[in-house]
Amino acid sequence: MTNEEIFDVIIVGGGPAGLSAGIYSSRAKLSTLILNEGAIGGQMVLTEEVANYPGVETTKGYLLANIMKNQAKSFGCKIKSNLKIKSYELEGEIKHVVLEDGREFSGRCVILSPGGRPRPVGIPGEEEFKGIGISYCATCDGDFFTGKEVIVVGGGNSALEEAVALTQYAEKVTIVHQFDHFQAFQHAIDQAQENPKIEFIMESELRSFKGDGVLQEVTMEHLPTGKMSSMKIDGVFIFIGYIPNTGDLDGIVKLNERGEIVVDESMQTSLPGIFAAGDSNVKKYRQVTTAVADGTIASLAAAEYLRS
Amino acid sequence: MKMLSTSLHEFETAAELEKYIIENENVMVCGGRMGPMCIPVYDLMEELEEDRSNIKFAVMAFDSPEAGIIRNDPACRGFMGLPFTMYYKNGKVAHATSSIQNMQQVTTVLDEHFGA
Repeated sequence: MTNEEIFDVIIVGGGPAGLSAGIYSSRAKLSTLILNEGAIGGQMVLTEEVANYPGVETTKGYLLANIMKNQAKSFGCKIKSNLKIKSYELEGEIKHVVLEDGREFSGRCVILSPGGRPRPVGIPGEEEFKGIGISYCATCDGDFFTGKEVIVVGGGNSALEEAVALTQYAEKVTIVHQFDHFQAFQHAIDQAQENPKIEFIMESELRSFKGDGVLQEVTMEHLPTGKMSSMKIDGVFIFIGYIPNTGDLDGIVKLNERGEIVVDESMQTSLPGIFAAGDSNVKKYRQVTTAVADGTIASLAAAEYLRS
Repeated sequence: MKMLSTSLHEFETAAELEKYIIENENVMVCGGRMGPMCIPVYDLMEELEEDRSNIKFAVMAFDSPEAGIIRNDPACRGFMGLPFTMYYKNGKVAHATSSIQNMQQVTTVLDEHFGA
């Protein structure tokens, strides 16, 4: 089922990068369509508090996402979300995006901003105990663990900040990290280390989740010695970074060894007329502001490509 | 008073929910907050509402005392992740899930219990 309209710009992904590209493209009177696999807002929606987005006082991620969505729609940007992309045909003058339900959309250029998703630990029991002991959001689920003992997996800013937040509820929080040092900013490390409810198990990784109906126990390995141990636990919160949603782009545009999209300073990918923006790009810093900047640049570059 | 900012029908009382699931054969109810794990589920329910006329979609504020009808349901025993999503068939719980679910996970449950 082919949609007969050929859009000037098709944007894949509705996080801050995709929405920014949508705002700029539609305001430039380019016919623009955003195709989004999840909920509009991307990982920004998962952020309880956004305090450092310039020009906006502390707000919630979903509220900021909603404003961006409405802003894009006000300029005529069309948005279709909660869909599944089956395949891409990105070479040639007209590009095509085919959905699993058979719908096909065509455009003169495409901006890829598929974003990322929380990285799972990838060990036995993870999917089984999701929501019944395993969580990826402390602000959502922390109060279910009031007076209980939990593990936080990870050593970056998210892990340490969320561990501190969890001490509002949990009796004890144990941070399990694979290295002998943390990657977080020093202020986050200090806050965690000064909190009497937080303990640390370094150079260790979880190996399995176990329980009867709910999570009750984890096994872990001390990496330098290989020694295995088990620990009774009520909950595990996982904050070990993100993986780019670029699996279906492998072999279509150039990706690096981590699956991130390689772009130049104009957000141009390895294919003419195909741009990329946001957390799925090769980059060092992943913030709402950097995603918004990428989306802006990609949109302006796409407009220039269309003019040429 | 409605607590959730969605276009879905929102139950304010347990009695209203009980009456609704008796009057409607297939009902999906999401008990949650305006938080990051719940909003994506509300979003996909809003989209599904347009396509699945044989199913009624609704939400209920998790923190409302009246939402005890969801929180304390035996099907939710052990749940420790928002939202709590309930699927009612002919007034009885057919299925329940904890934490965020994607479109495929939700439609799989809908197809299994309410028909494609």
